Amino acid sequence: MLSDEQIKNLESRANEIRQDIIKMLLEAGSGHSAGPLGMADVFTALYFGGVLNYDPKDPWKADRDRVILSNGHICPVWYATLAHAGFFPHDKLLTLRKLGSGLQGHPHYRELPGVENTGGPLGQGLSQAIGHALAARIDGQNWHTFCMMSDGELDEGQTWEAIMLAGKNNLHNLTAIVDRNNIQIDGFTEDIMPLENLVDKWTAFNWSVIEINGHNIAEIIAAVEKAKTIFENPTVIIAHTIPGKGVGFMENKFEWHGKPPTAEEAKIALHELRTLGGKIRSEHE
Amino acid sequence: MNKFLNSKLFDKDVERVPTRNGYGEALVELGETNKNVVVLTGDLKESTRAEEFAKKFPERFIECGVAEQNMTGIAAGLAAAGKIPFISSYAVFSPGRSWDQCRVSVCYSNLNVKIAGAHTGVSVGPDGATHQALEDIAITRVLPNMTVIVPCDVYEAKKATRAIAGILGPCYFRFAREKTSVITDRDTRFEIGKAEIFAEYGTDAAIVACGPLVYQSLVAAKELNEEGIKVSVVNNHTIKPMDIATVMRVARNCGAVVTVEEHQVMGGMGSAVAEVLAANYPVPIEFIGMQDTFGESGQPEELLEKYGMSVVKIKEAVKKVILRKKFA
Repeated sequence: MLSDEQIKNLESRANEIRQDIIKMLLEAGSGHSAGPLGMADVFTALYFGGVLNYDPKDPWKADRDRVILSNGHICPVWYATLAHAGFFPHDKLLTLRKLGSGLQGHPHYRELPGVENTGGPLGQGLSQAIGHALAARIDGQNWHTFCMMSDGELDEGQTWEAIMLAGKNNLHNLTAIVDRNNIQIDGFTEDIMPLENLVDKWTAFNWSVIEINGHNIAEIIAAVEKAKTIFENPTVIIAHTIPGKGVGFMENKFEWHGKPPTAEEAKIALHELRTLGGKIRSEHE
Repeated sequence: MNKFLNSKLFDKDVERVPTRNGYGEALVELGETNKNVVVLTGDLKESTRAEEFAKKFPERFIECGVAEQNMTGIAAGLAAAGKIPFISSYAVFSPGRSWDQCRVSVCYSNLNVKIAGAHTGVSVGPDGATHQALEDIAITRVLPNMTVIVPCDVYEAKKATRAIAGILGPCYFRFAREKTSVITDRDTRFEIGKAEIFAEYGTDAAIVACGPLVYQSLVAAKELNEEGIKVSVVNNHTIKPMDIATVMRVARNCGAVVTVEEHQVMGGMGSAVAEVLAANYPVPIEFIGMQDTFGESGQPEELLEKYGMSVVKIKEAVKKVILRKKFA
């Protein structure tokens, strides 16, 4: 269990990551805002909560836990988290989407230390994660594979092919984390293509299901720890999140799925993040 | 004639074996010699000849059900974790149905995934057009990092499977359904990226062929020789990376080329040869293959005849290309 102070530290780390995301998107001039901001707490908890086995100095060490990002478009949050974790210099973040940068618009396999897969076209990540989990099982290795996914990509048939196979093989060394933020690029998920009841659906495919508040650091860490102790079948953590979390004018707006802030909007967003929504004064004021 | 070929090649009762058998035998060998070899199938282990591997190495055999997209992604993950996955399915499904996964999950990451496409060409026969893969060479050779190989018979299929396990990176290779003539021998040389001259009667024209139609090409060359037309026959088994040196050499020596394949002419092996020659040494080319149409049900020989891939058609194409060379 993390102390209250440790949790507070992680919360401010997530806040810094959100600020980095805004700066990266502003500099890039294109990219996705809502998803990365919404998943900042989950990525922070995963990489800084003591639940993931990794070494930024030896990023491909054989016994590392694998993190696969299926919905590649939220990569700004992955890149920012990896930089904070020491996988590559922090100043590289502002090269996002620029010519010659390892920070591709959608992640490219091993283009950067810690980037474990290629992702972008939706629905491909869980299959790749299953490949890793099967390899670990064949080799008798104990490392764990995590697959970060979106709710929108559950529209893809391939995702359900993968869910079916992982359930069939009782892949307990695999955990999927679904960003249940209820939006996709053209609207709300339940308007575009209704997904509910997600708990019943995953359960029917022989997965253990844990539902959490995706902004509660302690809850996220506890869910990941629990998922690792389930040996009967694979686990999906359905993380309920607010798209655009931390930036009021972006929150819960599907219009912010696939666009970056303007300079003016970025200024407002950064001010809001620095002052925790006006609760404290910013040193920049 | 290449002295290492099957000595009974032109006998009436030439041995006929499906190329996919060579694949199945090689898989079992590889299973024994390389513990990283893993085989996946989408409910087609028997007909793709992966069954023996599945029986001998159940812990390294993954039954994916009828779900080729997931199967391809799983193979990508296995390869990223150090395995050498072989995907066994029909070419119309894999890479036909899983092309996006081949592109994004496999080729863009340059992962060591081997895709075996069975049941290619119109010679699939009675199953009809839905199951006759005629586009697989085109859709795989266009992907960066992909190696593309078309074995001509059972022995070459076996050697190709072994060789493919030994190279790093994604590879697509295709098989026929029906029994086809045994052209080569156990000792015939096979090297990825190295085309072989199988017959050298002369330099009136060169037939550049791949797959089981290499047999029809050799028969056509022999019959043409008896008519006084001297051609060379190249077994161009590696479509990508192509053996540019050999293709250019025969084009230069012969001045005219006929390409022969059981695939759409658009985008296939012949197109790849045309790309090489147009850029380096342009000569007249005739293309034997499917002419922008789908197949249908029928017996393999009937279909090859109807769709213009018979010995007679190859001979006609040779005569035409020689005329074109003369009047070029």
